Amino acid sequence: MDERGAAREASHAGWTRWIVAGPPTAFLLAFFLVPALIVVAASFREPGEFGGLVPLAGGLGAALSLEAYRFLFGDLVYAQIFAASFAVAAATTFICIVMAYPLAWLIARSPRKRRDLLVLLVILPFASNFLVRIYAWIMLLGPVNLLYTPFAVIAGMVYVHLPFMVLPLYTNLEKHDPALLEAAQDLGASAWTRFWRVTFPLSLPGIFSGSALVFIPVLGMFAVPELLGGTGDILIGNLIKEQFLDNRDWPLGSALSIGLTIAVLAFAGLAALGARRGLKGTEAVS
Amino acid sequence: MEWRVGTVPWNGRRPVFPLPMALLEIREVTRRFGALAAVDRVSLAIEAGEFFTLLGPSGCGKTTLLRMIAGFDEPDEGALFLDGKPLAGIAPEKRPVHTVFQSYALFPHMTVSGNIAFPLEMAKRSRQEISERVRETLALVHLEDRGEAYPHELSGGQKQRVALARGLVNRPRLLLLDEPLGALDAKLRQEMQVELINLQRDVGVTFVFVTHAQQEALALSHRIAVMNKGRVEQLDTPDRLYTAPANRFVADFVGRINLIEAEVVSGPHGHPGLRAAALGELAAELGPGVKAGERGMLALRPELVRVTEHLEALELRNRFAGRVKELLYVGEVTHYKVQLEAGFVIEALLPNAAPGRARLFKAGDAVAVGWRHDAGVFLRG
Repeated sequence: MDERGAAREASHAGWTRWIVAGPPTAFLLAFFLVPALIVVAASFREPGEFGGLVPLAGGLGAALSLEAYRFLFGDLVYAQIFAASFAVAAATTFICIVMAYPLAWLIARSPRKRRDLLVLLVILPFASNFLVRIYAWIMLLGPVNLLYTPFAVIAGMVYVHLPFMVLPLYTNLEKHDPALLEAAQDLGASAWTRFWRVTFPLSLPGIFSGSALVFIPVLGMFAVPELLGGTGDILIGNLIKEQFLDNRDWPLGSALSIGLTIAVLAFAGLAALGARRGLKGTEAVS
Repeated sequence: MEWRVGTVPWNGRRPVFPLPMALLEIREVTRRFGALAAVDRVSLAIEAGEFFTLLGPSGCGKTTLLRMIAGFDEPDEGALFLDGKPLAGIAPEKRPVHTVFQSYALFPHMTVSGNIAFPLEMAKRSRQEISERVRETLALVHLEDRGEAYPHELSGGQKQRVALARGLVNRPRLLLLDEPLGALDAKLRQEMQVELINLQRDVGVTFVFVTHAQQEALALSHRIAVMNKGRVEQLDTPDRLYTAPANRFVADFVGRINLIEAEVVSGPHGHPGLRAAALGELAAELGPGVKAGERGMLALRPELVRVTEHLEALELRNRFAGRVKELLYVGEVTHYKVQLEAGFVIEALLPNAAPGRARLFKAGDAVAVGWRHDAGVFLRG
């Protein structure tokens, strides 16, 4: 190809790229970035008397304040709720890993024809309404006196998020080359050693993506603790919901949201850093 | 080296082991998949220090046999013995047998050193011994400076060397190699062949090599078992396989060959001779016990067929006039197919460097071909 041809090709490629990337980019700018900025702005405003915000027209002094943040950092209870939410998210993620791993492994090891059916069964619960499924847990846990306990919250969280752990793990395990396990066995590794030295390290990328898909939504989830948890099981998600819908303190709700976002980003950043360090070589399979 | 199942004098019964004891003995082993016998009553003995090759087309059972030696499969009938002890029921991880896989199967999440250390760690060697052995083995395969690299950062030849190093580092009694050079390009393949020969000689580990590439088998092995449809067709040294194939399959599979259908007839001086349907009477040296009336074929290697311009120039009893039908120039030699006037197409191979061979024939040239009476091998059946 001559230089002009290459240039034409390049400009053509740029043009197609915009056609393809344009609409989703515009969508994300309009409905994700702008609302996020509105939330940031709202956290520095004064709450309106009946919800909403004090209008800026009444003078900036009356409308802008750091009150929400002063409130947030002024009371230890918010830090405690953050910590409790992280604990619930961590526990849920861990239980999901332990439960999803054997399931994903079995699906990945089953005959190719049956795998699609099994994966379908894993995602089948999504076919019914989320709230209906949570209400079903109320029916199940009520008679055995486990309703409105931390156990109920974790059980509900695990139930809702398990497929998000199974699918990435399955996708990862399915791609493992069986020759690697044969090689390990041939070189003297027992079944247990083969798992811990070959299968498990190679499945870390799957565990990491599954964990991100479970941990982050659990952190912000309010429906499960609201329906299954007791009064002591309030999490950040509930707190934010309350500020907007019940307390009508939008600035505090916004500040809490921003706190949650920063915590999630920090967590995701750390996880990515850890993943990059721990996963050298595993990219080849995943 | 001759292998016989001897008779022990003290009670006259068949002994438990062939004498002297082989490193690996495969005795009457059969493995069926459904109705198909992938390995069919195979018996062979592999000696310590040998470079032994299982050669055959795909589906001949060589890989199934290899997997039974490694322990990934068990025979339906018969048994395998390593150092005289039966291998039945011993798991692959408990056998002192390591494999170099066709796909290498290097652990992608471990460095080159990590891969090579793996079998030593499994054998619970001390940390110090592991690091020493890994260093030695890296040097053995010329990868001293690649110890910290990950497999995906290596070239095909380097991966191959790591796989070899990993298989050899814990000094197995037997190293199985499953078409390990299959993924390499021709030039690299040849280099690796030389390295494999040197490596096997240096470390003294017994190699069992599986391949469908006959040239590779000839180049590398001390002995070769040619397999077809689950059976061993011939077990011999490379030169014996090439110059004295036992049957039509071996003759055809190992190297290129002319097969001339012929019947044994009584020759002019009482010696039996051959009469080929296509070519008439042929002068040939027949093996002992071949009688007139037997049918079979003369197997004749192309490089033993001479080609000249004039029939008279060939002072040979077997000489025929013909015309070059097609030719394939591959550099050091040229393959010719010559259409004989008698109707048969014979293949000949001429070196391009030999003195007096300055002239390359062209397609359509009138030529004469001939071969010595002792050039071919008569195969019955």
